[in-house]
Amino acid sequence: MKLLKRLSVLAVAATLPLTADAHRAWMVPSSTVLSGEAPWVTVDAAAGNGIFYFDHFPIMLEGVGTPPANSNRQPAPLTITAPDGSEAEPQNGHLGRLRSSFDLQLEQKGTYKIAIANSGRVMGMYELNGERKRVMGSLDEIVKQIPADAEKVNIIRSDSRMELFVTSGNPTEEVLKATGQGLELQPVTHPNDLYADEAAEFVFLLDGQPAPGLEIALIPAGSRYRDSEQARELTTDADGKVSIEWGQAGLFWLEAEYKQTEGLEAPVTQRRASYSTTFEVLAP
Amino acid sequence: MKPHLAFALSALLGSSALQAAEAQLTVQIPRLDVAEYHRPYVAIWLENDAGHVADLTVWYDTELRDDEGEKWLKDLRQWWRRSGRGLDLPIDGISAATRPPGSHDLALQDLPAFKELAPGDYELVVEAAREVGGRELLKVPFSWPVTSAADLQAQGSRELGQVRLQLTP
Repeated sequence: MKLLKRLSVLAVAATLPLTADAHRAWMVPSSTVLSGEAPWVTVDAAAGNGIFYFDHFPIMLEGVGTPPANSNRQPAPLTITAPDGSEAEPQNGHLGRLRSSFDLQLEQKGTYKIAIANSGRVMGMYELNGERKRVMGSLDEIVKQIPADAEKVNIIRSDSRMELFVTSGNPTEEVLKATGQGLELQPVTHPNDLYADEAAEFVFLLDGQPAPGLEIALIPAGSRYRDSEQARELTTDADGKVSIEWGQAGLFWLEAEYKQTEGLEAPVTQRRASYSTTFEVLAP
Repeated sequence: MKPHLAFALSALLGSSALQAAEAQLTVQIPRLDVAEYHRPYVAIWLENDAGHVADLTVWYDTELRDDEGEKWLKDLRQWWRRSGRGLDLPIDGISAATRPPGSHDLALQDLPAFKELAPGDYELVVEAAREVGGRELLKVPFSWPVTSAADLQAQGSRELGQVRLQLTP
């Protein structure tokens, strides 16, 4: 089962953006701070141009809805971690034309993590007779598939991670532990304890180590109703830390991207890692 | 010992004097002319410079099946953050039913939290949130114990009317 899952991860097509000019992908929750016994949240997952506008494609997720019969895309793995570290299941999954959605019942008190993560994915890109080609698979498979006379060969190893945190009752820390693979968020401020008038601090990790000089984009929801997207660019300090003054309540989309082209083990020519999350910032 | 002398002595000794003090809170819930009216959820608690000190009462829908009324407690968002999210509700002496529009009196000095209240500067916080409505929060600063009579007030603009704290030594 574990092996099967691993294989399907490696075989995944470009379900999440690999390049800066690709569409942005995000999850948007019905709410992130909840009270009461076993409350429900619903989550939409999509990729598109606008942040939190369903204008392009759903993110196909494992165990969420039924892919169309003619689809050749592989769903991305969805992992929901309950406050005690156990796995929780999405419910009422639906795959639509513009978004996928699922429900989650917060049966435990504390913080849940909803993650769409791919690690160690490899992709080969090359040109042959002026035509651009792309191959997926294991590193060995990719190397075998690239013809000897190929030009502009690029072999890219990537880790991508998209996360969402929701809390019933008191925020807890268990699910905030880093896996040590790819880009990750190490909260100093709890991601479900964010307020418009308070700065929040986060450390970004690359393979478990603080990532200094990492570029981060932060975009508040609602860009359709203003002239500017109001995207902010932030950079982590020497300790991999960033401090964010929200300035307003509401949903925010954050994305960090890392790219490395030197010091890599051949035949890999490029290493990429991305992290994105949706924050809900509350009014004080 | 003659009764009046005993009284005078205990007053001098302090602790009994604290118990004699009165803190009368009056919270006005305004009558609103809206198409769909629900009684507000109201949380009343004490804060000081260090943060939350004690909950005094929370009015919410305690009658719904399966504690369904607790689902909206997060809308008392300041209280939820300061205290509510860490509690296992309902709590005897804190949880109480919602109240209709009008003036509601609470004799704070009779509450356990007040009986144990350390001397110092406090804020009495009243937060109200209404289903299909708005939210409002008022604060009334006061010092404890009471040394002289005081009539402290804060005026709400929509979800709360006047909040009045009358202190008597």
